Amino acid sequence: MSDGTTRRLDLKGITKAFPGVLANDDVSFSVAPGEIHALLGENGAGKSTLVKMIYGIMQPDAGEIRFDGELVHVASPKAARAMGVGMVFQHFSLFEPMTVLENIALGLDEAISYADLEARIRQVLKTYNLSLDPHRTVATLSVGERQRIEIVRALLLEPRLLIMDEPTSVLTPQEVAQLFDTLRALAARGCSILYISHKLHEIVELCHSATILRGGRVVAECDPRAESSRSMAEMMIGGALKEIEKAADRSFGVERFIVGGLSLEADDAFGTSLKDISFSVRAGEIFGVAGVAGNGQNELMLALSGERSVESAGAICIDGNPVGTLDAEKRRRYGLCAVPEERNGHGAVPGFSLSDNAILTARTRKNMVRLGVIDAGVAESYTNEVIGGFAVKTTGAKAPASSLSGGNLQKFIMGREIMQAPDVLVVSQPTWGVDAGAAAAIHQELVDLAARGSAIVVISQDLDELMAISDTMAVMNEGKLSRTLAVGEASVDEIGLLMGGVHGDPDATADYTGATHAA
Amino acid sequence: MNEAILIAILVTVVGAATPILLAGLGELVVEKAGVLNLGVEGMMLVGAVTGFAVTTMTGATFIGIVAAGLAGAGASMIFGFLTLTLTANQVATGLALTIFGVGLSSLIGAGFVGQTVTVIGPLFPPALAEHEHLRILFGYDPVVYFSFAMTLVVAWFLRRTRAGLILRAVGENDASAHSIGYSVIGVRYMAVAFGGAMAGIGGCYYSLFLTPMWAERLTAGRGWIALALVVFAAWKPMRLLAGAYLFGVVMTLELHAKAAGFEYVPPEFLAAMPYLATIVVLALISLRKSVGAQAPACLGKPFKPST
Repeated sequence: MSDGTTRRLDLKGITKAFPGVLANDDVSFSVAPGEIHALLGENGAGKSTLVKMIYGIMQPDAGEIRFDGELVHVASPKAARAMGVGMVFQHFSLFEPMTVLENIALGLDEAISYADLEARIRQVLKTYNLSLDPHRTVATLSVGERQRIEIVRALLLEPRLLIMDEPTSVLTPQEVAQLFDTLRALAARGCSILYISHKLHEIVELCHSATILRGGRVVAECDPRAESSRSMAEMMIGGALKEIEKAADRSFGVERFIVGGLSLEADDAFGTSLKDISFSVRAGEIFGVAGVAGNGQNELMLALSGERSVESAGAICIDGNPVGTLDAEKRRRYGLCAVPEERNGHGAVPGFSLSDNAILTARTRKNMVRLGVIDAGVAESYTNEVIGGFAVKTTGAKAPASSLSGGNLQKFIMGREIMQAPDVLVVSQPTWGVDAGAAAAIHQELVDLAARGSAIVVISQDLDELMAISDTMAVMNEGKLSRTLAVGEASVDEIGLLMGGVHGDPDATADYTGATHAA
Repeated sequence: MNEAILIAILVTVVGAATPILLAGLGELVVEKAGVLNLGVEGMMLVGAVTGFAVTTMTGATFIGIVAAGLAGAGASMIFGFLTLTLTANQVATGLALTIFGVGLSSLIGAGFVGQTVTVIGPLFPPALAEHEHLRILFGYDPVVYFSFAMTLVVAWFLRRTRAGLILRAVGENDASAHSIGYSVIGVRYMAVAFGGAMAGIGGCYYSLFLTPMWAERLTAGRGWIALALVVFAAWKPMRLLAGAYLFGVVMTLELHAKAAGFEYVPPEFLAAMPYLATIVVLALISLRKSVGAQAPACLGKPFKPST
């Protein structure tokens, strides 16, 4: 750099095109040693492509990458690691049936004996005050622990640049705080960190500088400490962010969805059994279920949606009708619609057209079947209504679900259920991996649906989301549901404590989870 | 049943188990890398005819065995190119490889039908190899001992070596292995070639040691048994060894029951026993839901690296 100090990473004019789309267009920015630099942008803004080029997974079409002042050609991830670049992926590169030790060994380029490796791992764990058992099988670990494997794997190489891709999307507030401590300690030792996240308040809290991408181009650089979450979100989307509009004087009607004494055995070894879950949701109310992944949310979702029926019909009631023993299609007739967490393969069939995907859940409520024969015209017009109503970016009702980006497909699936005007809607992770603009639109639709008198259950790991849209909420921990809290009275700290985590102190959470439900 | 017959049965069991153990070990490594090659039968036939032809022409059994391994590996590379480079469907391609192997081996072997071949004898000196009792341990040709050694080598390779760790990683999560920086396709090519070589050597065991002669479809479906064995063994080499000998017993009983004039059951039923046992074993295994017995997560899935 002209000012004489050597930049750790210096990108100039990076350009990368894919068929039909320019993923990165003349991207330039630099990161100083010891700096925590945020890379911001909506889905599809080109962040992932950019870091993949820095880490050697892809090659730029044009532009230069300088590392510690030297022009480099990053041919492969191996070359990147040799140079001193580490990366922790959003989707972990882990091998579930193998141990922590084996997983870390796989991430290293040199062959070292397990005994030496274990000693080095324990050294890193001690230095950064992290806990992890090297001999555990990955399949038995929580998401936070899995991420720690990735971090330890990167730290073993003593990187000079660490890339973190959406690291906090699955962590509890306490785990996030711990991660930030680790990252700050790392930065203090001179390691630069390139931090990608949708969670802008985290950027404000953690990062020293930020580069904002939109449509593959750098649109702004800023100091997050001088910005607000809102101002950065608006730079990302290139316009004003819509507030969630909630009527201040909204009132709740009768209890429409009542769950009482719901218990369900997990159907696989790694699942969590539900234990005596009770709550109720009134007309017009959004009920949030918080908690760290793996505490029974999946099982709760299956039980509520009807994918797994329960023994007692009365455990789940819709408008006074016991539906516990019914399957998902029969529950739909009673007005219950559901959006599962997994979009591809669960919420939608990737190889089916949007229209066919609409038929799968809306056929009964939207009269798409006459005498056992599908009325394709009705299905298509409903699909087009959803596409129009939820601003789904697609080529049309005939486009396969797999051709949509994650955020667009989520909008479509949410729209497909919401436009059936369900009496009860159960959704899991409604904005998982969805960018700020789309997330705001989905949140608004949920609030509007509630305002029309539906009862809504939102299961999410994103506390900010639940705080923003729910009226009441409870926390799941180890298959149990806490008492119901009114949003506004509950603090993030208190909820974080309730979430506990898989290896949390059971005494700390017992007070809450043991308390009886009071709706 | 006297002692001599019992010893004779034991020796036959070893003969029956050795080729399916060799082919099974190869397929185990292939599947651990996440590739399902259903062409084992075809590769065994190609190995059988090549081994026979080369041994007849050179007079050297060892060269014949090596040639059989190379021929099996060569056949497997057709499969590798189609499924790994061109990402064709592995099941369909594997079946095609078997059909191809049947045809090719018949074509190559047309001039060799009815010929006999002289091959090397037991590994150990006659004092041990022809001893009344000790021949149970020492009376076999080198390929039998090679199959035991390979069982240990494969077990050690998969559990203890870094290359084995990478191979398992590729089979469990190809996308992750790729993102860490391993060549998924490269590892799979090597695994497929190894599988082909082992199937080829297993195949030539029929034409050189068991029959020893060449006839069309000499392996008579044993390649399918080797495939089933891998599942039966839950992808564990030592269990594969046990399974191969269990099937060896089933196959041998058929022969000896016929020889002993056992007439209560039609001979066709006895001949079908190994295949029935295969189906029963596979059905039982699919009923069992143990974590340790699970297939490699990427088994049979084509992998296309993002560029």
